[in-house]
Formats: sequence, structure tokens, C-alpha cells
Amino acid sequence: MLSLTGLCTFVAAGALVFILGYLFVHGASSLNWDFFTKLPKPVGESGGGMANAIVGSAKLLLLAALVGVPIGFLGGVYLAEFGGSAFSSIVRYTTDLLNGVPSIVMGIFAYTLIVLPQKHFSTLAGGLALGVMMIPIAIRSSEEFLRAVPLSLREGAMALGASKTTAILTVVIPAAKHGILTGIMLNLARVAGETAPLLFTSFGNRYWSPGWEQPTSALPVMIFTYAIAPYDDWHQQAWSAGFVLLTLVLAVNVVARLMLSSRGPAAR
Amino acid sequence: MSASSTTVTGTRPSGRVQLFLRRLRGGDEAAYLITLAGAISVLLVTALLVVELYQNSGVSRRAFGWSFLGTSIWDPVAGKFGALPFIYGTLVTSALALLIGIPLGVGAAIFLAELAPPRISDALTFLIELLAAVPSVIFGLLGIFILVPILRSAEPALRSLLGWTPLFQGPFYGVSLLAGGVVLSVMIVPFIISISREVILAVPADQREAALALGATRWETTWDVVVPYARKGIMGSIFLALARSLGETMAVTMVIGNDPRIHASLFAPGYSIAAVIANEFTEATGDLYQGALIELGLVLFALTMVINAVARVLVASTGKEGTA
Repeated sequence: MLSLTGLCTFVAAGALVFILGYLFVHGASSLNWDFFTKLPKPVGESGGGMANAIVGSAKLLLLAALVGVPIGFLGGVYLAEFGGSAFSSIVRYTTDLLNGVPSIVMGIFAYTLIVLPQKHFSTLAGGLALGVMMIPIAIRSSEEFLRAVPLSLREGAMALGASKTTAILTVVIPAAKHGILTGIMLNLARVAGETAPLLFTSFGNRYWSPGWEQPTSALPVMIFTYAIAPYDDWHQQAWSAGFVLLTLVLAVNVVARLMLSSRGPAAR
Repeated sequence: MSASSTTVTGTRPSGRVQLFLRRLRGGDEAAYLITLAGAISVLLVTALLVVELYQNSGVSRRAFGWSFLGTSIWDPVAGKFGALPFIYGTLVTSALALLIGIPLGVGAAIFLAELAPPRISDALTFLIELLAAVPSVIFGLLGIFILVPILRSAEPALRSLLGWTPLFQGPFYGVSLLAGGVVLSVMIVPFIISISREVILAVPADQREAALALGATRWETTWDVVVPYARKGIMGSIFLALARSLGETMAVTMVIGNDPRIHASLFAPGYSIAAVIANEFTEATGDLYQGALIELGLVLFALTMVINAVARVLVASTGKEGTA
């Protein structure tokens, strides 16, 4: 029985190694400079790249951060520093609720909120969908890292005559800064791979998307479109895009986790 | 903020900074209100989400009523919409995912928490938690190009082994309920492992020591004492995994086959709620069609909310009471 549980572990860990290995072999081999600098070619022509999708993803993530981080951070400060009432447990419960909403439903939400009144797909709608997805995790990680700051630091600040606000702004938040920033990075890495909320908000675009009002392509949506298309050349590019996306996401995860664990259990 | 932080390091604040601090000191109320606004917006966003889903599905709810959930016809051309095939597909793929994922996940969690040396356990847990960070579209990509061909070549073996059941009959094209379930199982295993490992690690050491002192072997201690003690938490991790697999979109969409009919066989293509929304939303012509898809979203929302709530209660109750 003991070796059987070991086998289970081996299978689960092996799955990741396999995914990485396969993507590396398949994706990296067809990756070239064009992928990062060129627009997609029309159907039938080979070559081309996904430069517009990379820029599109970056724009969507910027918008998402603008929506998700302020709300999440402020909410986290409230829960950690001013919380304790029945209202905070309602906020916590709602946060969990929001965290459990399937990503595709977030897409419908942004669609009804922005696309439906405007009658066109836009970068804005995609950014909003991703931003709302960021809120619950941003709240939870901010709260957790603020709580990990020892009480003695707060008391020390207040003993020196600082008001509660001053203590929070100048002592507690700076002490939790690294953790909170790491949490935001992990959060961004998570929504960077989201496809479902973008399908009918930012929709997709085979050209550059100027401004914020037009549909834009994004890396994960391109992977989906190219993978289910019937062209071999597109499949190859889907692998390349998958490789780039996964490398970015996993790199952020590895760096963030190493940073957190090197700061000792208190920062966790 | 950088100027006022001098107070912390101990140097005397200069006049300008003091003024700034005095203004801040009166700012406790302001800070409270600003952060409260952040917290309230979470409630507002969630409320708005529910209201939008409810209102925009109004056309469909009025047209079909509760029969929407029990009708198995999905015919956009004739304007007839029923959710049953999608609910069926969602439940079957999730059940299959749990069937594969639970033994694998709980087994690995036991190994990592109880049996593996701490250093190996930490390294492997790190690796497995990375698996949870892989975007679902990547799982879909691997599903289409690797898993489906593998299942196709495994089909004769499956058929000869289990072909006598209605679950493994009929033609097999690769994309199927089976493929959807297998992809989902790979995706939920990391969740089961990381939460179950935590709750098993939280079992008090004296429980193990008592069992070992009574002469139980290592395995007996683990299986008969530690696991029963942690069972609620493990159940919670399974429910969380279930909620995730119900709402999972991209990976399932890419391998399930997209056929809005109910087939008993796992070899047959199917359709899940999330997949039909992803595929048909942008081409939904007319208010009724779109309303029906949004109502499907509402059904999915309600389903995952209930499962999540159960999971939360289970995970939270493990720490409080000693079972077993």
C-alpha cells in the first residue's frame, strides 16, 4: 500500500514533467523571432507571428490590474486592519463566493455589462472580466500578508505616537510590501492564462488593436483558435504560443514561491 | 509616505513632515472609509453579477420556466432550448474526473504528508502545485493532440475489458465524454493533493503516537487513524475540486466533442454547460438564444456556489472537532 501511494505521487508529478517536456520539444522547436514581431498571416500563407496577441495580452493584464488590485488591496487592508465585525465575515464569504464563480460566467458578466450596451467587443470588456477575477485573490493575499506582520510592530508605532492610519501606512504596509507584490504577480500570472472570459469580451483580432475600444487578440485565445483550426501550420504556432505562455506563467510562479519561502514561515 | 517613514526609524520629523503627520492623524476615519469602500465594492460586484445574470436570462426563463432544466432538446433553429444534455455532460465528465482524481490525489496526499521524507515531500508538492498553475487552454492543447490519440489507441483494450457495460459501447472518434473526464482529472488532482496534504499534516501527532504505541503498523496508523481523522477536510478538498471541474471551460470544450445529445456511452461525444456557452455565445442570434445561454450560465453559477459552500463547511469543520 505504501508503494501504491508513492506511485500516485509519481504519476501526478510526472504529469507536469511530461507537459513541460512535450511543450518544450514541440513549442520551442518551431519558435522563432517572427513569432514575437510579426502579425498573423492570412489563411493559406505560412509563417507570421503573434506580436499583436502578446501586446493584447499585456494591455488586458494592465486593465485587469487597474480594476482588481486597488479594490483587492483596499478590501484586504479593511479586513486585516479594521475588520472583526459581522460585516467582515460577510465580505469574506462574498470573496469566497466570487472566487468560485466559473471563469466563463465572468465572461458573461463583462459581456452584459460592457459589450451589450456598447454593441461591440472591446479590450475594455476583456480587461474588466479579468480584473473582476483578480479581486478575490487580491483581497485574500493582501489580508494574509498584512496579518502576518507581527502585532508588536503596530504597537511599537502607536507607542511612538503614530495614529492607526500612520502605523498602517508607514509600518504595516511596508513590512508586508514584498508579500503583497508577490501575491499580485501570482494573481496576474493566473489570469494571464484565462481564455474563457475573453472569448466574447475582447473577442480576438488578427491585426493590431489601437486604443481600448476595439476587440483585441490575446495569447490564450490565439492558442484556442489555432488549436481547433484545421491547418497544420496553425497547430505548430499554437504549440509555440502555448510554450511562451506556459514559460511565462510558470516562471512567475517559481520566482514568487521561492521568494515567499525564503522569507520564512511568517511571510507565508 | 517615504518622508513620514522617518518616524519609524527614530529620527525626529522635520516641520513639514510633522504637519503632514498631524493631518494624517486625523485621517483614521478617512482611511477607514476608503478601505471600507474597497470592501463594499466586492459586495457590489458580486450582487451586480447575480443581478445581470438573472435579468439577462429573463427572456429564456419566461419562455421555458423550470422545464428548461428538464428538456433535452437544443435546437436554435426552431427556437427550442433545454439544458438537460449540458447538465448531463457536465455531471458525467466531472464524475469521471473525480473517479480518477480521488484515488490518485488522496493517495499522493497520504504519501506526501505521512510517508515521504520532508525534503522530498516539499519538492514534490512544489512541483504538483505548479501543475495547478498551468492555464486550462494548455491542457486543452495537450488534450487534443496527445490525449485523444492515446485514447484512440487504447480503445480496443478498453472495449475488450469493459465493452459489456453500456458505458463503453458505440463508435469512438477520440473526442468524447471520456476524453473530457480524463483531462479534467489531471486538472483537479493538484487541488485534491495540496488541500488534503495540508489537512493530513494538521492531524495531531499524539493520534499517530497512540496508534503506533498500540502496535499498529505505519500503514495501519495512516489508514485507520490519520485518514479518518482528516476525512472531513479530505471530503472538502474533493468538493472544491468538483466545483472547479464543473466550471472548467477551455480544456473540456476542446476535447468533449460538442454534441448536444444525451448518450449513455462514455465513448460518445457530449457537451458541457461551460463548453456550449464558450462555443455558441458569439454566434447566438436573437434574444431567446442568447437568453438561454445566459440562463445556462446562471445554472452553472448556482451549481458551483452550492458545491463550494459545502466544501467550505467541510474544510472548516475539520480543524474544530476531533472526529474518529
